[in-house]
Parts: sequence; structure tokens; C-alpha cells
Amino acid sequence: MGNVVGIFVKSIFIDNMIFAYFLGMCSYLAISKSVKISAGLGVAVVFMLAITVPVNYLLYKYVLSNGALAWVSESLRGIDLSFLAFIVFIAVIASIVQVVEMAVERFAPVLYSSLGIFLPLIAVNCAILGGSLFMQERGYQTLGEAAAFGLGSGIGWLLAIVGIAAIREKLSYSNVPAPLQGLGIAFIITGLMGIAFMCFMGVKL
Amino acid sequence: MSKEETINVTSKEPLFSAKNLKLLTDPLGRSNPVTVLVLGICSALAVTVKLEPAVVMAISVTAVVGVSNAIMSLLRNTIPNRIRIIVQLVVVSLLVILVDQVLRAFAYDVSKQLSVFVGLIITNCIVMGRIEAFALGNRPWPSFIDGIGNGLGYGLILVAVSFFRELLGAGTLWGYRIVPSSFYIANGGVYENNGLIILPPMALILLGIIIWIQRSRSKNTAKS
Repeated sequence: MGNVVGIFVKSIFIDNMIFAYFLGMCSYLAISKSVKISAGLGVAVVFMLAITVPVNYLLYKYVLSNGALAWVSESLRGIDLSFLAFIVFIAVIASIVQVVEMAVERFAPVLYSSLGIFLPLIAVNCAILGGSLFMQERGYQTLGEAAAFGLGSGIGWLLAIVGIAAIREKLSYSNVPAPLQGLGIAFIITGLMGIAFMCFMGVKL
Repeated sequence: MSKEETINVTSKEPLFSAKNLKLLTDPLGRSNPVTVLVLGICSALAVTVKLEPAVVMAISVTAVVGVSNAIMSLLRNTIPNRIRIIVQLVVVSLLVILVDQVLRAFAYDVSKQLSVFVGLIITNCIVMGRIEAFALGNRPWPSFIDGIGNGLGYGLILVAVSFFRELLGAGTLWGYRIVPSSFYIANGGVYENNGLIILPPMALILLGIIIWIQRSRSKNTAKS
């Protein structure tokens, strides 16, 4: 249990999706001009990561990894489908996005009106696919660990985008040199925020 | 960001006509996918600590963008509009699987260093962006050229960032020592590697500075 909490905290602060791995930078830069909208996108990312990482974990463990099909029949023990991981992960993500979008529209129209426009964007957000790929790469042992990692990474992403959106809102009152405006200064601020987040690296978990 | 020029290439046009050459060279500077169009930063920066993985990554992305552009351009009239995103994802992820398997077979060390970032080429915005903005409206050959051009433009930024990071962070280039080891404090010299520059945040700051330089040189690309 302590391990699960450790993974959760680590994926928020230390292995932050944006500051440590630069995942989801495209939408992070494009949709970080107002706090309200970026919080909506951030919540959508948390939601999708918390669903897709455990689902992909189960698929990887019981279908794709080396010898995983042994539970179907002994004769399938020698099969290694892990090279199909990319295409399976992205297909799962794209279809879950579609299903979640329809479900949210049907059962939670209020949530849909705030999340709706972001859900389709998320299928091609690197942070979502990155979550599943890191889950595979780091070989989490249990479903709980994978779920904690997914949820934690999402929350880390949410923190980062809300943080930069707040800074960029204030930034519109500052006198930034013309060529540096917009993209350039956003990169430099993200870098500085990343350096700030690095102080969590010393935390032993 | 919209760059939806539709070019009516006649079939008699030579393979490297002026128009096609422009498609190849434009993304290197004036409409660079990373610094001007803000595409594909996602998986770009994490691989720039050393020059070698950055070059391998650039080649992989160039191959994927070029070929996927050509394939989608061939298929563009047969795919219903509503399901095109799924088809694009399938085509791109197949190509990425191929690239990944080739890297594992022939460059295993680099493939280990790139880890998940090879897989993340699938969601690299350059790939999807060029398919949407160019390949769906143009013939296969110009689409292929456009893809290669954009891949090279992306590679240029990757190589530039990794050049400075490896040189300042480790004193080497492509694994070869550039700063003589006798310069180091440990050997009685005065020089020390800059440990900060190999940390992830410095990649962002370096890229910010590159964008700054590029935009201050070309007036017309400065925009919010």
C-alpha cells in the first residue's frame, strides 16, 4: 500500500509529465491562455489517464506481454505480442475517448458542457499515450500501482497547465520583448517552473 | 498556424521542380514546424541530452512523416471523412511499429535511450498536423516531400538543442571528447561541466532562446 502512495506522489511531483518528460506540450502550450479553460482540459486529462492506464495495464498483462496468453491455453505460452503494444494502446485510447464522450454527454450533461470540447483533442495528446507507454516500460506490478500512476500523472499535468495559465494571464501586463512574446516566453517560464519542481527530487519515497 | 496551400501539380512536372524544392526547404526555416507552427514539441525535448539519440529520433520522425503523408495522400479520396482520424492513427502506428522494430534490431543502445519516445511519434503533432493540413489535399509526391521537409525542420531544432546540451553538459559531441580532459578541475584545469544543462528544464529554456533568435531575425513570424 505504501508503494502505491509512493508511486502516486512521485508521478505528481517528481516524474511530472510536463516538467520531466515534456509530454502533452502541444496542448499545454496552445490551451494555456486562461485558467478556467486550461483547468477544464486538465480535468479531462486526469480523467482519461485514470481510465486508460489501468485498462492498458490489464491488456498488456493478460494479452500482449511475453507468455501472457498462457491463461487461455498452455500451447499459447510461447507467444509474445508486445510489439503490437503501440497500436493496441492507441486504439484503446481512441475508443475510450469516444465511449467516454458519449457516456458523459448522455449521463452528465453539465460535465459535458465543460469537458466536451476537450475530449476529442485528447485522443492525440502525447500525455495519454505516454502514460500507457511508461506503464509498460516501468513494469508496474499490480493494477493498483498502474492506477495510482495514471491518476498521479494526470494530476501532475493538471497542476502544470493551471500553473502556467495563471502565470500567462499575469504576463499579459508585462513588457516582454516582441520576438520573445507568446511561445518563446512560455518555454522559458515552463523551464523555470521545471527547475522549481526539481526541488522535489530529493524527496525519498 | 493554418498552412493549407493546395498545389495543383501537373503530372508532367519534374520531380524536383522549384515548387517541390520550396516545400522541402520552407519548413527548415520560415515555417519550421517546431519554432513557428508549434507542433511536435511533445516528444522532442527529452531526447536532446546527447547528439546521437537526437539524430536517430530526427531520422525516425522524418521517415514516419514522409511515408505517412504519402500513404494518406494516396488514400485521401477513398476514406470517408468521419473516420479519417482512426485511419490516420492506424497508418501512423503501423509505421512507428516498423521504425521501432528496425531500431531494436540495428541500433539497440539508442533504442533503449529513446525508450518510450519512439512510441510517442504516433501522437507527435507534426505527423497528424501535416496529414491534416497537407496530405489530405495534395498528391502523393508533394505530400512526401512536404513530410520529409517538416521532419528535417524538426530534426534541425533537435540537433541544435542537443548540440549545445551535449557540448556544455558533457564536453563531448557524438560521444567524442571536445573539451580536453586536462582542462577539468579534477585534472588540475579550470573547467567544469555545466550540470544544469543536462537537466530537463534547460531544454525548454534553450528552445525558448532559439525561438527568440529566430523570431527576432525574421520579422514576419512574430505573433502571439
